[in-house]
Amino acid sequence: MKETPLSNCERRFLLRAIEEKKRLDGRQTYDYRSIKISFGTDYGCCIVELGKTRVLGQVSCELVSPKLNRATEGILFFNLELSQMAAPAFEPGRQSDLLVKLNRLLERCLRNSKCIDTESLCVVAGEKVWQIRVDLHLLNHDGNIIDAASIAAVVALCHFRRPDVSVQGDEVTLYTPEERDPVPLSIHHMPICVSFAFFQQGTYLLVDPNEREERVMDGLLVIAMNKHREICTIQSSESPSSPG
Amino acid sequence: MAGLELLSDQGYRIDGRRAGELRKIQARMGVFAQADGSAYIEQGNTKALAVVYGPHEIRGSRSRALPDRALVNCQYSSATFSTGERKRRPHGDRKSCEMGLQLRQTFEAAILTQLHPRSQIDIYVQVLQADGGTYAACVNAATLAVMDAGIPMRDFVCACSAGFVDGTALADLSHVEEAAGGPQLALALLPASGQIALLEMDARLHEDHLEQVLEAAAQAARDVHTLLDRVVRQHVREASILLGD
Repeated sequence: MKETPLSNCERRFLLRAIEEKKRLDGRQTYDYRSIKISFGTDYGCCIVELGKTRVLGQVSCELVSPKLNRATEGILFFNLELSQMAAPAFEPGRQSDLLVKLNRLLERCLRNSKCIDTESLCVVAGEKVWQIRVDLHLLNHDGNIIDAASIAAVVALCHFRRPDVSVQGDEVTLYTPEERDPVPLSIHHMPICVSFAFFQQGTYLLVDPNEREERVMDGLLVIAMNKHREICTIQSSESPSSPG
Repeated sequence: MAGLELLSDQGYRIDGRRAGELRKIQARMGVFAQADGSAYIEQGNTKALAVVYGPHEIRGSRSRALPDRALVNCQYSSATFSTGERKRRPHGDRKSCEMGLQLRQTFEAAILTQLHPRSQIDIYVQVLQADGGTYAACVNAATLAVMDAGIPMRDFVCACSAGFVDGTALADLSHVEEAAGGPQLALALLPASGQIALLEMDARLHEDHLEQVLEAAAQAARDVHTLLDRVVRQHVREASILLGD
């Protein structure tokens, strides 16, 4: 189903309100919506609610052979899916641009900043490493998917426990959770994305845009930082509706 | 690689450049006769080719036509022999799609799309050899190609990459410097107005150093602008000599 277009009077109303520093839900310009994190029964399963935007994250692991040029490092794989229940506009064929953008941003934010110690995921160098797979599903779209997704990914990774392994010579023993307690992943730092929406060619800035504000914004700036004041990723993007 | 010093004590990088120095840039416009506009650029060892078709009628579904401006369609392809290890898929994978989207975003900001409603402008970029700074080389090549095609733009779009090693900001990273894993910033700038078309940064950089790296990238982009300007003027001069003006 094609996205219902935003009427001109609603667009004008939103822009005028932003000029007067008012937001529809009563927030200040730099306020976040309330964040709620809940966990599932499995290790590595979490649901993050950022206002009404809901993302489900699930981490799973598998023993695989490593990449040829990185024989001593584990593999991290991220996948964000925009479920059809999130918004009527999300259909299997129609989402590719947004999907690629979000996935690549998540990959760069979490993988390139080395938040997980991939060397600790190595079991037998060159033969067996852990492949950690983070699956994120957007359940409800009310703006600012990237922030909710990054929070869900980080929380799920922190919550996850992988099975314990021991190596004796050539023998690799994988213990079940009953035999030995599962081991947490070693996490160096936690990068969290913060989105800034621009209006009127950069004159007005809003943090955590909701779905309506995203439709009228000129551009989006995503900055991912951790608590050590290090910037992990910056990405600026123009909204397709902006005049350029 | 262990023991590889990206910046020596005397301030020289691995290829002998200074911290803020760009690699040698050579560019040519009008490389292909068939295309509306084309350009070839060499930034050090990074070689990129850009071809522009347009503005022409929208191909495929008419429903994608925008009533008030042109659609910019960018495709990025990196040859299988462009990197050290042979690549399996030249295009269609996630990174190439992302590059295409970023190029589109960069050029939608610069091209005056309002002058060509309901039409399409295609920009195809091919990387022949990737030695770091592929996004910057693609943007620079595509700028020249769009100019060659005669499509009106707000300004040149000049891009450059920058990194940060040992407290100094480096401009125009080569592949070795990128692979070392330090922070990398890619900046696309419209030099006359100083507007940023695209800003992207990877890996961890302390927020105190951001200003320095941004400034290095912006200065490098302005240097690229001087070079590209010279190339365009040279090309126009040659073309007018051939026409006998």
